[in-house]
Amino acid sequence: MIDLLKAFLLGGVICVIGQLLIDLTKLTPARIMVLFVVCGVVLGLLGIYPCLVDWGGAGATVPLTGFGNVLAKGVMKDVDEFGFLGVFTGGVKAAAAGITAAVTFGYIIAITSKARIKK
Amino acid sequence: MKKPISKHEYQKLVEKKAPGSHVVRNLFAAFFTGGLICTVGQGIMMLVKSFGADKDTVAAVTSITMIFLGAFLTGINVYDEIGKFGGAGASVPITGFSNSIVSPAMEFKKEGYVMGVGAKMFLIAGPVLVYGIFASVVAGIVYFIWKQVM
Repeated sequence: MIDLLKAFLLGGVICVIGQLLIDLTKLTPARIMVLFVVCGVVLGLLGIYPCLVDWGGAGATVPLTGFGNVLAKGVMKDVDEFGFLGVFTGGVKAAAAGITAAVTFGYIIAITSKARIKK
Repeated sequence: MKKPISKHEYQKLVEKKAPGSHVVRNLFAAFFTGGLICTVGQGIMMLVKSFGADKDTVAAVTSITMIFLGAFLTGINVYDEIGKFGGAGASVPITGFSNSIVSPAMEFKKEGYVMGVGAKMFLIAGPVLVYGIFASVVAGIVYFIWKQVM
């Protein structure tokens, strides 16, 4: 049960940072998303983000910073294994499940549902 | 009876009141929405783990499920409402990423399946992937050099 609470708190705090950036800097949500993924990569490289994942579980992995962390983790793993070639293979390999799921489900659902008429 | 205030006075009142209270309201909504979405993710994680899956499988199945939920809720026009309430609390989680794929794809369907759905899917997801993958390459090079030096 405590894990659920931790996920709620950490996930909430990460989203509040995003909301603060939207309200105070007028950054658009798209820019926030790009920024968060890149921050996730940097924090993952520095080894900071894995600590957040250990503490908050899904509170750290579900936000887009977690996606960045997966990219960083994957690239480091492949550099360890294959040397410089890993620079090109690691990131997308680790994120493959997420990217493929997003494209597949996104496509199927987009073509089968109707957009509500905007007033 | 209260004295009715003029339009001009009312406008001034609104301007004085709105920005501050808006920011606080938005922060609470973002915290609550984002927190709740992550709690759902944690619940799925714990459920998958209870089936005895290893760490990598748990992580992959959780993100696939969350991505599906985000796409599904967008398809039935629910996620955009969540987004209106929760702001960044809805766009920062991975469910917001799949919302950003489905939402423009649905809207631009009339422009065809290739340049409409196929291209517009990546209106926001495209930049996210471009910068995310590029950052991972830079991170990989930094890590590679750091390993040679250390």
